[in-house]
Amino acid sequence: MSNQFIHALYDDDDVLLNAVKEIREHKHHIEEIYTPFPVHGLDKAMGLEGTRIAIMAFIYGCIGLGVAITMINFIMIEDWPQNIGGKPSFTFLANLPAFVPVIFEMTVFFAAHLMVITFYMRSRLWPFKKAENPNPLTTDDKFLMEVKLNGNEKELTALLKKTGAIEITIPQNHEE
Amino acid sequence: MYTFPNKLKNIARALMILGFIGLVLGFIGAPKNIAEAKAMVTSEHHDEGHGEAVEEHAEEIHAEDAHEANTHAEVSHEKDSHVEEEAHDSAHDEHLLHQLQNKPWAALYVAAFFFFMIPLGVLAFYAIQRAAQAGWSPVLFRVMEGITGYLLPGGIIVIVILALSGMHFNHLFIWMDPEVVAHDKLIAGKIGYLNVPFFLGRAIFFLSGWSLYRYLSRKFSLAQDESSDISNHKKNFRISAAFLVFYIVTESIMSWDWIMSIDPHWFSTLFGWYVFASMFVTGITTIALVTIYLKSQGYLEFVNDSHIHDLGKFMFGISIFWTYLWFSQFMLIWYSNIPEEVTYFITRIEDYNITFFGMVAMNFLFPLLILMNSDYKRTNYFMIMAGIVIVLGHYLDVFNMIMPSAVGDQWFIGIAEIGGFLFFLGLFIYTVFTELTKAPLLAKGDPYIGESERFHY
Repeated sequence: MSNQFIHALYDDDDVLLNAVKEIREHKHHIEEIYTPFPVHGLDKAMGLEGTRIAIMAFIYGCIGLGVAITMINFIMIEDWPQNIGGKPSFTFLANLPAFVPVIFEMTVFFAAHLMVITFYMRSRLWPFKKAENPNPLTTDDKFLMEVKLNGNEKELTALLKKTGAIEITIPQNHEE
Repeated sequence: MYTFPNKLKNIARALMILGFIGLVLGFIGAPKNIAEAKAMVTSEHHDEGHGEAVEEHAEEIHAEDAHEANTHAEVSHEKDSHVEEEAHDSAHDEHLLHQLQNKPWAALYVAAFFFFMIPLGVLAFYAIQRAAQAGWSPVLFRVMEGITGYLLPGGIIVIVILALSGMHFNHLFIWMDPEVVAHDKLIAGKIGYLNVPFFLGRAIFFLSGWSLYRYLSRKFSLAQDESSDISNHKKNFRISAAFLVFYIVTESIMSWDWIMSIDPHWFSTLFGWYVFASMFVTGITTIALVTIYLKSQGYLEFVNDSHIHDLGKFMFGISIFWTYLWFSQFMLIWYSNIPEEVTYFITRIEDYNITFFGMVAMNFLFPLLILMNSDYKRTNYFMIMAGIVIVLGHYLDVFNMIMPSAVGDQWFIGIAEIGGFLFFLGLFIYTVFTELTKAPLLAKGDPYIGESERFHY
C-alpha cells in the first residue's frame, strides 16, 4: 500500500493555487495536478523544475542547421552543380544567399518537429494511449490534485477539506 | 521626481564639446580644391591601413586593364595616361574632391539622423503600447516620453542639415544640383517629386505631425496622473491609433527622402520597412539602457526584471526582424542581378566590406546568441552589453546606408565620424535626462499601472 494517493477535487483555480501552497507548507508531496486549462503560476507553486526544452530546441536547431548545410552542399554543389538564373553553382559560399532560405527553413523544421516529439515522449504520450486522467471532470471544469498518502489519511483529509476541496476520494489501486 | 545628476550632466557636456571639436576638425580638414584632394588621397594611401584595400583594388583593375568605369584616382596616378584619359581624370578628380568635401557633412548627417531615429522608433513603440492598451508597459511610459523629448530638437537639426544641402553647402543629395539633373535623364524624370521646396516641405510636415502626436500624448499622459476618470487615457488611445497610421506612411516616405534619395538611381520597395526595423530596435534598446541606468541609480523601483526581460525579448525579436529585412533586400537584388539595382550592394561589399558584414554580426549574430537565453534577458550586465552592441551596430547600419553614396570609397571612421557620434550622443543624453526631470517617473494615473507594477513572468 505504499503507492497510494488521495484525490482532492477543486472547482476554482485560485482556490487550487492557495491549496497547493498550504499543502506544500505542511510538507506533503503533491504527485500530480490535473487541470482543464493551464493555470498561471501553478508550476512555480508546485515547485516544479524549469523546463529544459529550450536547450533541446537550440540543440535541435543546430542539428537542423548542420543537416541543411550538408544537404544543400551535396545537392547543389557536389552532386549536380546547377546554373540557375545565370548563377553557376560551383562554390558553396558564392551561392550562400540562395541557400539561406532553405537552411533557415530546415533549422526551424528540425527544431519544431523534434521539440514536439521530445515533448510527447517526455510526457509519455503516444497514439492510442489510454488517458491517465483519473477523473473525466478535469477535462471540463474541475481541478484534481493527487497527494501521496503515507498512512496519514485523516490528517490529510482534514487539511484538504480546509483548503477548499469539494470532494476527497481515495481510489483503490486495481493494478496491484 | 528625477533630478539630473551633475556628473551625468557634465559627461553629456563633455561629449558635446569633444564631438563639436571633432566635427570642426573634420570640416577644417576637408580639401578646398582638387590639388588638396589629390594630395590627401596619395598620402592616405601610403599611411593609412584603409588605403591598402583601395590600392589592391586599383591593382586588380590594372591587371584586368579595365580602367574606364570605376577607376580610382590612384589608377590615374600610376598609369601612363593617354591624352583622352586626361579629361576623364579631371572629372574623376572633381568627383574625388566632392566626395572628400562631403565626408564631414556625411559624418554629421549620419550621426544626426541616427540619434533622431531613436526617439522616432521609441515614439512608434510608445504608440503601439497605447493603442494596444498593453498591461505590462505603463511603468515605462515616462522613460519613453523622456526619450521622445529628443524628437523635436533632433528633427530640427536633421531638417536644418537638409536645408543646408538644399542651399548647396554640400553635395550629399546630388539631385539637388541642377547641373547633375541636366545631364541625367533618370533624375530629370523624378524632378516632380525630388525638388528642394517639396522635399523640405515634406520634411517639415512629417516632423510637425510626429511632434504634434508627441506633444498631445505627453499632455494627456500627464493630465491622466491627476484625473479622476480615464478620459485622458481614452484620448491617448485614439490619437495613438491614428498616429500609427500616419507614422508608417510618413516614416516610409521619410526614409526614401532622407536616405534613399542620396542615391537617386537606386530604389528598394522595402526600404521604409528596413529603416523602420532599424529605428524600432534601436529605440527599444535605448529604452532598456535608460531604464537599467535609472534603476541602477535607485529610481524606477517599480520596474522589475520581468519588464527588463520583455524589453530583452523585443530587442531579440526585432533584431531578427531587421535581419530578415536586410537579407530580403539583399537576396532579391543579388539574385536578380539587375545592374541598376545591384550596384548598391557591389559598392557596399567591395568598399565597405567590414562595416557591411560587421554590422550583420553586431545586429544579428551577437544579440541572437546573447539574448537567446531567457535568464540572460533578466541580467542587467548582458542586457547592457547586448544593448551597446546593438546601438553601435545600427549606427553602422545608417553609416552603410548613407556613406557609400555620399563619399564612395573615401570613407574612414575618423575624427569627424566619432566627433559627430559623440556630439549627438551628448546632446541626446542632455535632452532626454532633462525631459525625465519634468514629470514623476511613474505614470500613476494610468488605468493599467497596477497591472503593470504586478507584472511578472
